Amino acid sequence: MKREILSGNEAIARGAFEAGVKVAVAYPGTPSTEILENTVNYPSIDSSWAPNEKVALEVGIGACFGGARSLVAMKHVGVNVAADPLFTLAYTGVKGGLVLAVADDPELHSSQNEQDSRHYARAAKVPMFEPSDSQEALEFTRLGFEVSEKFDKPVFVRTTTRISHSKSIVTPGEPVTGLPEPALEKDPPKFVMLPGNARKRHYVVEEQLEALSEWSCSQAFNRIEERSSSVGVITAGISYQYTREVLPEASVLKLGLVYPLPKQLIRDFAAKYETLYVIEELEPFIEEQVKAMGIEVIGKDRLSLCGELTPGRISKALLDQDVPTHYTPEIELPPRPPNMCPGCPHRGVFYALNRLKAFVAGDIGCYTLGFMPPLSAMDTCVCMGASVGNATGLNKVLKGEEKQKVVGVIGDSTFLHTGINGLMDMVYNNSSATLIILDNRITAMTGRQENPTSGFTLSGEPSPEVDLEQLCRSVGVKHVRVADPWDLDGTRAVIKEEMAREETSVVITRGPCVLIKRDLGQRKPALIIDPDKCTGCKACLRIGCPAIEWQADEEKAHVNELLCVGCGICEQLCKFDAFSSSADKGGKSNG
Amino acid sequence: MADKVTNILLAGVGGQGILLASEVLSEVMMLAGYDVKKNEIHGMSQRGGSVVSHVRFGKEVFSPIIPEGEADVLFGFELLETYRYLPLLAEHGSVIVNRLKLMPPSVSIGQQSYPADLEERIRRQVKRSHVVDGLVLALQAGDARTINTVLLGALSNMLPVDGKLWTEALRKMVPQKTLEINLKAFELGKESSQG
Repeated sequence: MKREILSGNEAIARGAFEAGVKVAVAYPGTPSTEILENTVNYPSIDSSWAPNEKVALEVGIGACFGGARSLVAMKHVGVNVAADPLFTLAYTGVKGGLVLAVADDPELHSSQNEQDSRHYARAAKVPMFEPSDSQEALEFTRLGFEVSEKFDKPVFVRTTTRISHSKSIVTPGEPVTGLPEPALEKDPPKFVMLPGNARKRHYVVEEQLEALSEWSCSQAFNRIEERSSSVGVITAGISYQYTREVLPEASVLKLGLVYPLPKQLIRDFAAKYETLYVIEELEPFIEEQVKAMGIEVIGKDRLSLCGELTPGRISKALLDQDVPTHYTPEIELPPRPPNMCPGCPHRGVFYALNRLKAFVAGDIGCYTLGFMPPLSAMDTCVCMGASVGNATGLNKVLKGEEKQKVVGVIGDSTFLHTGINGLMDMVYNNSSATLIILDNRITAMTGRQENPTSGFTLSGEPSPEVDLEQLCRSVGVKHVRVADPWDLDGTRAVIKEEMAREETSVVITRGPCVLIKRDLGQRKPALIIDPDKCTGCKACLRIGCPAIEWQADEEKAHVNELLCVGCGICEQLCKFDAFSSSADKGGKSNG
Repeated sequence: MADKVTNILLAGVGGQGILLASEVLSEVMMLAGYDVKKNEIHGMSQRGGSVVSHVRFGKEVFSPIIPEGEADVLFGFELLETYRYLPLLAEHGSVIVNRLKLMPPSVSIGQQSYPADLEERIRRQVKRSHVVDGLVLALQAGDARTINTVLLGALSNMLPVDGKLWTEALRKMVPQKTLEINLKAFELGKESSQG
């Protein structure tokens, strides 16, 4: 087979294909998203986006109960949502193999916390593989299905951002053949988890785990690399690569399976070395279990519990060697944080919320960037869907004017993920809170994935669109209004009226994400500013659009025509009529 | 083939096409027979934020991220972002940087100013530095969008790789109808930084 450079996520998709997976399901979440964006390229796999991770896992379980191999993928916090089916799936076990690929995000590159999914393996009693490069991501995914069927368990394949998004050379294999065809088979003692059945299955779960731990001591995925030094290192995943970089002479017990641990193998390895390190990111997950076996190791007393490891951080912590710095910037540099795109439909909504001095219970999506100056209009952000319940709770404890200031803000995809339940609570319990649904017709933050409002499936098939107005009305919201987010005055007026209302209300601000590929042709030509009319009042800078640049030397604003998509929000803020369309001077749209 | 790993750090702004440039570079190094690893962060960084991509090649590469202070080449697509990542450069390291300024948000809204003299500072601080007129050469090749190919051409002088492999990688990774213009852009970039 020809060698290819694949990311960890691409390799997991390839591994699923080679393992004969029939169904792959996920909700997008960085750094896991590209797994399903790649399984969809294999016609033998039915790949789909689910509205949330719990549904994704439940669909995967159904396919597995039907006898097919299924892959479910999510980011670390997605497992919190999918935890309910997961813990009981550990009891039922599988029919076709089931692999749950979970991508953790140490350093919080794109997440709200850096929880360590390995704890889920232990808590739910689900075995977990951890690849250290793309070749292993492919192999462990394949192997995961075999182990899943051999030990009658779902299996985790856990990556971190640096595995999912690193590319390395992979030699793909041939797809398996001869897997049984899916078929119905009744087996209530195994699949109906009522107390009488589940009690018995719990014994099976424990026996299988013990058997797996023993079996894994002699498997190639857990390997000892003997080298010259008297230092031994127990490690797994990306930490293995950093270990090889920083301690090239150390002997290594490289774990492929991080739960359950190969206890006898660890004892044999530990007996040979004077100094033993456990090098792992985040929690002392391996370390504590090794210590519980009565083995002394050095680990989190030196390495941080917070953030990711790097070669430099390990070298500083274990060898007391400072990271060399040969060149340093001599001046303070302006930071470059991410920003909402030029033309983003969210910008006008946050401008309105800023002017209305709202207290905004926010949510997870591109629009979380609404917290940044100059918009500065997001006051809380906890987890997917939390804005709705948070707004209800704030509304319960506040009085008078403060009570009216509370607004929940959530995107279309996040609303369907876990916001709708909160809205039922809001209206059912007679809250007077206001919810704004930023309906940009796509799951934008993770790179524009389709969702139940977008009218298309992952594979590009047209599908019915959820009617958000009808949905909100059907759960009992009497006041549902739609606003055009590029109309600043109109949007602000609607939000202001609904904030003042003494009943639950929903405002849907509807405007497609400007990056949706099928709509790119609808972009308008860039705007331009007439320097003779611009007075330098800076009103247009209050929306924080990256396409408007302040020219300090001329004391005037200027539009970067390469970035502007002509949305016209800035034009509405200008009192001097300085903006006009470049189309009048032959400009074209940035499509 | 040398055992030592070579580290190239690409730095710039989300939306500049840095990920594609690092894909082309990695592909070339694989075709040349090296072990290759590369890493970058997707997600938040795409929205106009600061972006880096690590590319490492050699006989055997372990970490996909470049150990701190060990970048052999800082390959910059924008001046401010190149200057920001100087601390990752090795003592013997080189800088290749595109002559381009993109305003970060605090500068766009008039709260901070874009440092005026970055090009001079880079030249003065790093002995082996080379500034490339990416846009000028790309326009000369026939399309402003070939800037990154110009820059790869400039970088190619520092790498132990046959020119044919670059052609092969570009053929595979750029749209067919833009191939000729990209090959020209590559040559212009290469000529600009020779000697």
